[in-house]
Order: sequence, then structure tokens, then C-alpha cells
Amino acid sequence: MKLSKKYISYLWWAIALALFIAMPSLVSDSRLKILGKCLSLGIVALGIDLSWGFTGLLSLGQGIFFSLGGYAIAMFLQLNSLKEGIPEFFGLYGVRELPFFWEPFKSPLFTLIAIWLIPGLIAGLIGYLVFRNRIKGVYFSILTQAALLVFFNFFNGQQKLINGTNGLPTPNTILFGTMVGDPLIQKYFYYLSGILVILFYLFSKWLVSKRFGSILIGIRDDEPRIRFSGYNPVLFKTLIFAFAGCLAGISGALFTVQADLISPQYMRVPFSIEMVIWVAVGGRGTLLGAILGAFFIRLGESFVQGLIPGGWIFIQGGLFILVVTILPEGVIGWINNGGPRNLLTRFGVKRFIATYPSLEANKKEGI
Amino acid sequence: MGISRRILAGLATATLAVSVTSCGGGSKSTLSYDDEITVGILHSLSGTMAISEKTLVDTEIMAIEEINAAGGVVVDGKSYEIKYKVEDGASNWPLFAEKSSQMIDAGYPVIFGGWTSASRKAMLPVYEEKDGFLYYPIQYEGRECSPNIMYTGATPNQQSEPATEFMFKSSPAAGKPFFLVGSDYVFPRTSNTITKEQLKTLGGEVVGEDYLPLGNTEVAPIITKIKKALPDGGVIINTLNGDQNVAFFKQIQDVGITPENGYYVMSYSIAEEEISTIGPEFLEGHYGAWNYMMSIDTPASKTFAENFKERWGSDRVVADPQESAYNMVYLWKKAVEKAGTFDDEAVRAALIGVTFDAPQGPIEVMPNHHISQTVRIGEINADGGFTILDDFTSDGPVIPQTWNQFYPEDIGYGCDWSEGGGGRKYKM
Amino acid sequence: MDLFFDIIFEGISIGSVLLIAALGLAIVFGLMGVINLAHGELIMVGSYSTFVTQLLFKQPFLKPFYGSYIIVSIFIAFIFSACVGILLERLIIRKLYGNPLETLLATWGVSLLLQQFVRGVPLAVGPGIIITFISGISIKNLLKDKFLNFAYKKYIDLSIWAFSVTLGILSTNFIASNISRLSRADSRNVDVTAPKWMRGPIDIFGETYPKTRLWIIFITLISVVAVLIFLNLSEWGLRIRAVTQNRSMSECLGLSSKKVDTLTFAIGSGLAGVAGVAVSLLGSVGPNVGQNYIVPCFMVVVLGGVGNLLGTVLASFGIGIMTDLIGAGRLMTIWPNMPESLANIVNFFATTSMARVMIFTLIIIFLQFKPSGLFPQKGRMVES
Repeated sequence: MKLSKKYISYLWWAIALALFIAMPSLVSDSRLKILGKCLSLGIVALGIDLSWGFTGLLSLGQGIFFSLGGYAIAMFLQLNSLKEGIPEFFGLYGVRELPFFWEPFKSPLFTLIAIWLIPGLIAGLIGYLVFRNRIKGVYFSILTQAALLVFFNFFNGQQKLINGTNGLPTPNTILFGTMVGDPLIQKYFYYLSGILVILFYLFSKWLVSKRFGSILIGIRDDEPRIRFSGYNPVLFKTLIFAFAGCLAGISGALFTVQADLISPQYMRVPFSIEMVIWVAVGGRGTLLGAILGAFFIRLGESFVQGLIPGGWIFIQGGLFILVVTILPEGVIGWINNGGPRNLLTRFGVKRFIATYPSLEANKKEGI
Repeated sequence: MGISRRILAGLATATLAVSVTSCGGGSKSTLSYDDEITVGILHSLSGTMAISEKTLVDTEIMAIEEINAAGGVVVDGKSYEIKYKVEDGASNWPLFAEKSSQMIDAGYPVIFGGWTSASRKAMLPVYEEKDGFLYYPIQYEGRECSPNIMYTGATPNQQSEPATEFMFKSSPAAGKPFFLVGSDYVFPRTSNTITKEQLKTLGGEVVGEDYLPLGNTEVAPIITKIKKALPDGGVIINTLNGDQNVAFFKQIQDVGITPENGYYVMSYSIAEEEISTIGPEFLEGHYGAWNYMMSIDTPASKTFAENFKERWGSDRVVADPQESAYNMVYLWKKAVEKAGTFDDEAVRAALIGVTFDAPQGPIEVMPNHHISQTVRIGEINADGGFTILDDFTSDGPVIPQTWNQFYPEDIGYGCDWSEGGGGRKYKM
Repeated sequence: MDLFFDIIFEGISIGSVLLIAALGLAIVFGLMGVINLAHGELIMVGSYSTFVTQLLFKQPFLKPFYGSYIIVSIFIAFIFSACVGILLERLIIRKLYGNPLETLLATWGVSLLLQQFVRGVPLAVGPGIIITFISGISIKNLLKDKFLNFAYKKYIDLSIWAFSVTLGILSTNFIASNISRLSRADSRNVDVTAPKWMRGPIDIFGETYPKTRLWIIFITLISVVAVLIFLNLSEWGLRIRAVTQNRSMSECLGLSSKKVDTLTFAIGSGLAGVAGVAVSLLGSVGPNVGQNYIVPCFMVVVLGGVGNLLGTVLASFGIGIMTDLIGAGRLMTIWPNMPESLANIVNFFATTSMARVMIFTLIIIFLQFKPSGLFPQKGRMVES
């Protein structure tokens, strides 16, 4: 019984993997881009699941870290495709010299590190300051939202430093001598997104299976008890929030190169809250649920968006309400807790009975 | 299994229903065509910009229906009915890029779309990378020239420059200092940079500028600054976006920043549609500058306005952005007929030099992918329209300058996409 | 001295908008601990009901009283938003007490639905729903004691609701057929024009002040005073305070905490509606109007100290004055010859955009030193 369940799960993985590898030859280039983007969003969702699902820290400001990663890669690409001078958009505002913080992004190595380190450090800093004061629960959520607003207004208002509302486009920039918008490069990014999602999933899974994971869950369920047991919750919370920030940065970078643009729009309040719903629908505390939630909801969004303008907002609003009132453990959580079987039972399908048939039958009749 | 099939069937019906509603062009007419061609329309149908962009979709649909009713597009002796597919950019610039790339891949010969500069800037690299073609209908800040975009709105020298000159030289506030107000995004910023450079050459004085973040309607700090900077009246150049104008005009009137007290606002984003939402009582006596105004007293202009009302409802108005949107459909049609093919490259080459008798008067496509247009200055009147100041209407169409002739980096540069032309930016 | 009064006035006028917007939240969040992200949309409901009221007063039979529509609309906005609040509390939030994060997500969903509702549904439907709701509840309460205790309760219930729905549909039809603007869905923004007597400048002691702003300050003042009187002097206010302070003890003493919850939430929502009236006087009203206020409102409440009305008042005026000082470039006027490096920084932040960045950063820094705001609640719990 147990063995066959394991095989079934392997089978699922094999199908998913095969689909993942074969996908570029099955769909058009622009559809592949959408799939790649949805995959890359799975990484930021993983981070949210670690910090919210496992540790109970609901951040409504993941957009900050996501966009920082995106900006890092976009700045590098902008500089990388220059023969001379400074990126063209600066000319629009009469800027003649490259702002100082752009300089290091000329180096690919620095960029590769900056993509996750900068968001991670900022997340760590915000986290440390907040957790140190024992601000928690909804206050943490509100503060992260305020921080998001700070970053949004800054990036949106600074045309001269970072091109303001317009953001930084990537498809006509150059990487390895080819345009980033080129289908071949896009295919690589698709694979890279998929591989990184899987790697980070496995890593996160390993992480939470250790004592570290137990402490996180302990913090979520009863923080004082963890503190009185001699652990310092501030350290663990800061660490996991910083890690979630790193993941968001990587996700943002991968997303940006496939979305053609990074702009302050990704720092708007709704986008960051939307990320939470991916995790909530998929199933918080399940890791896999976060990835699948991000992937399928985003996919559904781009599908519905094309059919009924504005219809997606209705669906999204409904999802928020449904998931907290009816399906608090999310889809994966529901399946793990035997949900489908319970549902079948409710519709009158007989349950597979593993013990003595008469015992189960008697129980049902209330004997 | 049964369930999933039912879901699929349901989805299919839904798709069908939507595509039927959105591809309704020409279904009313009884004309027969030899073939059909589907063009793409990409505007925000949801989100903050939907308010404005829906009117463009309406106008584009009207133009397409008019063309179909007149026999469609005739290429090589074959008549084609124009069908259209409307996509939603959802006021989300990255989504505009994503949708564009899908639509180019799907093989639409041409795409009409966009409103905000930010959406255009997001789309531009996609069109250049994939070599698609976009018609963009809004007056904008200039300083851009793409082989893959046809701009049918005004460049600064067709709107803001004559307007600034008028305010400085001939308006009731002539010679007084200027204050620049705008929403915080690329069009106001760039437009105001140009205005500042222009005023330097004219000898005018800019005493302040401020930008309101998009979505914020707390204009009190800006008004404080204006009162401080312009104690005895002056000119306010306003490039605020849609709904922010309402807050701005309501509140400046409250503190006495009105024409009676010597303050004159020149707005670049307020057309008839906006006047009716803000309310003429707040705007009377202020100015606007456009290529098309509904009050133009010519048969072409009147027919345009009447047709629009007939098609979409008697309470609707037409304004400059809609006229540009209307023109671009016709320009595309004429270019296709001139080229004798739908092939993008040939159409693009044929486009330059195409002329059209637009509601505003004659227009012509210039080698820099912009059009020559007539410039008009209007004073907003109590009826919610513009009183066109005939003395300041340009003598005939003005040639568009995409590289701005007041902007230090651009002076002396031009753009030419015709055969053997200098390309994006060349020294004239 | 003039400058000083200018700053105070501007600060108070910016702050009073924030205060009236945050007042309802201060009650809902401060007293009940409910995170209501749909608070902004309750403001929006208030603004839209002001718009509908204005259109109604343009009808021939109410035309003579047009000038007073804004006063009527304050009450209507209060009632409408309160009704939406009651529905929200009964249907969703009630199930989620004690789960603030879940409440947060669910109310965000509600806010999306409400926004999309005003975009996609004719506005005439709104009053219809509210009228259905009010008539259903009030008839039921009127009949409660006399008739509802015998066997046909179910059928009476049903017929009451059938009657109310008919009433709602009829009123929707009535509004839609008389006012064409409300009869079709329209995502365009709407505009409320203040009556003549509320517009334009007014001279007080040789200084001109905008009338609209003064009225908003006045409305805010009245609302704050009314809330204080209600909470501290009325019987229901006492009950509300009792339930917030010790829920289980209050229940033991026979208070229906459910009723108290609904009432508190209704009042908080109604105040959001009043804020909607104020907001509509300043700018245009659209589906997004609530989104602009929600985060600042939360910041005001958190900064003031959750559960403390005085804190909310001080926090909003503080933020208002800071906005004026930084955003309008006043610092340069106050201290004209400051060192150049400092002047550069001040100028950098002296735009509305950057002032927001600065103020929110300052709030976040402030909360580092006083994590529970200006007036922290006292408690002895490990978790407070």
C-alpha cells in the first residue's frame, strides 16, 4: 500500500519532468515565455511559504525583493549591451553621467551575487529591526506593506536614477552576444527557471526536515515557548526572512528577463498580496503547493485575462475569500489530509475499507 | 472524465462568446468580400487607464466598420473585410509588452494600441526585437523614433511648444512666470524639460515645478508651492494625468487660483472628455492645445463627431486622441492599398507619404513615422468645449520634429525611415 | 508667525482627510483587532453614494433642495457603508475572529470584488441591494416579538425577504429609469461637485482659506467628537468598551458579544462612508480611490497606537504637518541659509512623491523606538 503510493508520486514527478523538458517543442515561443515566467514565480512563492507557512511571518512586501532582483539583472543587461556612453533613457532626463550605484553592475559576477544578496540583506535588515522589537503578526504585515510603499514611491519617482515608471526593458539588450528577447535565449531561461525551482524546492524541503524546520514551526505555533527553551527566535526569523528575500530576488531576476521589463509596477501593493494567494491556494506549509499555486494561478490569470477583461479580478477576489473560509489548508494540504476521499464519501462513494468491513459499516450506522 | 469534458465545452463556449462579441466588425453589413484580414487592437480595458483607452477602442472599431462598409481594404483587386481582435493591456505596462509579443507571434499584420508613454516604452523593444509594427495614437513627449512604430499623435512641436509660446507671448498672462505641474511619469517630466529649455530661449522664467505620484490626489503641497512661487498670477503648465486633474482644478479654484485672479492653466491632457468629467465650471477660462477639437467647424469634423455619437451613444464626445486613433486605421488602410500587399515591410515602405483628409484637416505621413498636423489653441468655455483661437491656429499642417529642437542633445538631429534615409537619429 | 499658521492650517487640512479616513479603521482595528483591507473600498462606497445622492437631488422633485444634498449625503453614505460593513462582518469576518492574517486576506478579496463591482455593474443596483437589506432586517425586527414565534416562521421570513427584494428591484428600476448615468455599467470616474456655498475661497482675519477644506475639517471634528461621546457616554459605547476589554467576562454578564461586534463594525464602516464624502469633495471618485488611502490609514492607526483615538488624531495631524513641511519645501523657507549639502537633501525630498518616501521611512524608524506607537496599550501579557 505504502509502496504503491510512493510509486504514484514518482510517476507524477516523471510526467512533470517529461512535460517540462518537452514543452519547448510543444508550444509557441511566446507561450513558452509565459510558462517560464510562471515557473520563475514559483521561487518567490517558495520563500513566502517558508516565512509564512512555516514561520508565520506574513510579508506583504515581497515585491520589494522581487523587484530588486529584477532591477539588478536589468541594470546589468542595460550596461552590457552598450558600446559606449550610458543607457539611452538617461538622455530623456538630461542625465549625462552614470549614477554611481550603476557602476558595479558592469560586472557580471557582481550582478550574479547582487541578484540574491542585495534583496537578502535588505530583507534581513528589515526583518531584524522589526523582529528585534517583537513586532509580529499583522503589525509585521502592515510594516512590510509600508516599506513596499516607500520603495515603490522611490523607484517610481526617480526618473533620473532608474527611469521611474517606465522601468528598464530587457528584450533588446545583449547577453552572450545575442538579444535577450531571442527565442533561443528565452528557452535557456525557461529551463533555468525550471531547474532552479526544483533545486530550491529540494533545498527547502531538506531545510525544513531538519531541526531548523522544527524551530520555525515552533515559532509559528508558540513563540514564547521557543524563546523560553533557550532559542533566540529573532535570529531564526531574520534568517528565514532573509532567505525568502534571496529567493524573491532570484525569482525577480528570472522573471524580468522573460517578462521583457522590470518596472515599479511590480512594487505595487496588489502584486505582493497576490503572491500570498498563490501560496494560500496551493497550500501553506507544503512547499510544493506554493510552487504549483504560483504556476497554475498565474497561468490561469494570463488565460482568463485574454478571455474577459477584468474578469480575473473577480476570480482573484473570490479565491481570497474562498481559500480562507472553505479551504484554509490549500489544495495540496487538502489532498494530503485526505480531502478528495472525504469528498467522494460525501457523494456516497464507498470508502475503501482497510479494516474489518463489518466494523467500519457498523460505525457508519451508529452502532 | 465527464466533468473535465463539460468544463472544456464550457470554456469553448465562453471563448466563442467572447470572440463573437469582440470580432463583431462588419457583421451588420450585407456586402460580400473576397477574403478577410484580422488586425490587433491592444488597449487597457481594465484598470486605471481603461477610462481613457476604451474610447480609443470604440473609435478604432468605428473606423474599421466604416472601412468595411465602404468595401473593405482592396489589395490586388481583392477586397478584404477587416476583422479585429481586442486584447486587454489592463493598465499594466509589462502586460502590454507580453501581449504585444503574443500578438506579433500570432501573425497580426498590424497592431493598434497604447496610451501612456510608459506602455509604449514597454512595447517598443518588443516590436523592435520581433520586427512587428505598432500604431500609437497619443500626443507624447517626442525624443523617440522607431522603425517599428507609427506615431499619429502630436510631437512637442505640434502641441506643447506652440502652446508655451502662446502662453508666454499672447495670453492674458503674457510675460508672467511659469509653474510646471505634472503627474510623476515620463511624459510630464520630458515635456516639462522641453518647456524649460524653450522658455530659456524665449526669455521666460520658470519659478517651480512639481510632480504628483500617479494615484495620489493630495494636491495641497503643490498648491502651497504655486501660491508661494506665483504670488501675482502667472502661467501654470499642467500635464497631470486623468483623475488627478479633478483634484487639482477643484482645489486651485478653492484657493483663488483662477483666471479672474490672473492665473491661467494650459493643460496638455485635457480634452472634451475630461472637461465633461471635471466640470466646465472649474475649467472655464483656462486653455488647452490640440490638433483636433470637437468644435472645429468643418463638415469632416462634424461628420466624425456625429458618426461617433450615432455609433456609441448621443452623450459621447470625440477628442484629439480619438481622432488620432481614427486616423491611424485609415492611414494603415491607405498604406496597404498603396503597397498592394499586407506584407509588413512593403506596407511600411509605402506608409511614408500617405495622405488623408482627417477630421482636423489634411494630414500626411512624414519619413520620421510621425504625421504633419494642424495646431490649435483653445480656451475652455462654459459649455464644456473649446473656443478655438483662430489667430493662433497654425497656417496649415506643421511638420513633426521627433528630435526636439530646444533640447541640447537633439538640436540639429532628425529621423528618416524612408529608403536611403538617415535612420533613427542623424545630423541634418 | 504667518508662516507658522500656514503650516498648521495646511497640516491640519491634509491631516484631517487622513484622520477621517482612518477614524473608522481606528475603531475596527483598534477596538476589535480586525484587519480590514476593504476599508478603502468602504470609503469608495461612501464616495459613490455621495455621487448617487447628488444625481438624485438633480431630479425635478428634489431640485429646490439641491444645495443641501451634501448634508443628506453624509447620512446616506454613513448608512450605505455601514450596511456593506454589516454584510461583510456577518458573512465573512465573523468566521475569522482570532485569525487576523486570514481576515486580512479575505478582506483583500472583498476589496477586489467591491472595486470590480462598481466597474462592472450599473450603479443603480447598489442602492437597490442596500434598500433590500435595510427593509428585510428592519421589518423582521419590527415583527419579531409579535408574529415570529408561531409555526409559520419560515414562510413569514421568506415573504419578508421576497417583499424586500421586490422593493429593491423596484427602487433600482426607478433610479435607473430616471437617471441614465446610473443605468449602465461605466468604469469611468465620477465627480461630485460641491454645492456653491461650499466652494471657493473665504477670508478669515485677512487670510484666505479654501472653504472645502474648512468643511472637511469641520466634518472630521464632528465625527471625532461624536465617536468620543458615543464610546464614552452612551450605553452601547459602554458595552463596546466592555467587550473589547474583556470579551468572556462581558459574555458572562449577559452581553451579546456578537451584537456588539456587528455594531462596532457597522460604526467603523459608516465612518469610512463619511470619509468617502470628504474624499469626493477633493478629487474624482473611481474604483481605485480606496487603494490610495488604505496603507496610509493603517500607518496612522499604528503610529497613533492601536486602540487609542487620541493617538490616531495626533498621528494624522503629525503626518499632515510633516507632509506640508517636507513636500511643499517649507523647510527651505523656514531656514533659508541652511548648509548646501543639507539643502540638497531637503530639495531632493521636496516633491510630493519623495515626501511620501520620507514620511513613511520616518514612521518606520519611529516605530523602531516606540514599537506600539505614540500611546501604547498597557498590558502584562508576554504577547501584547
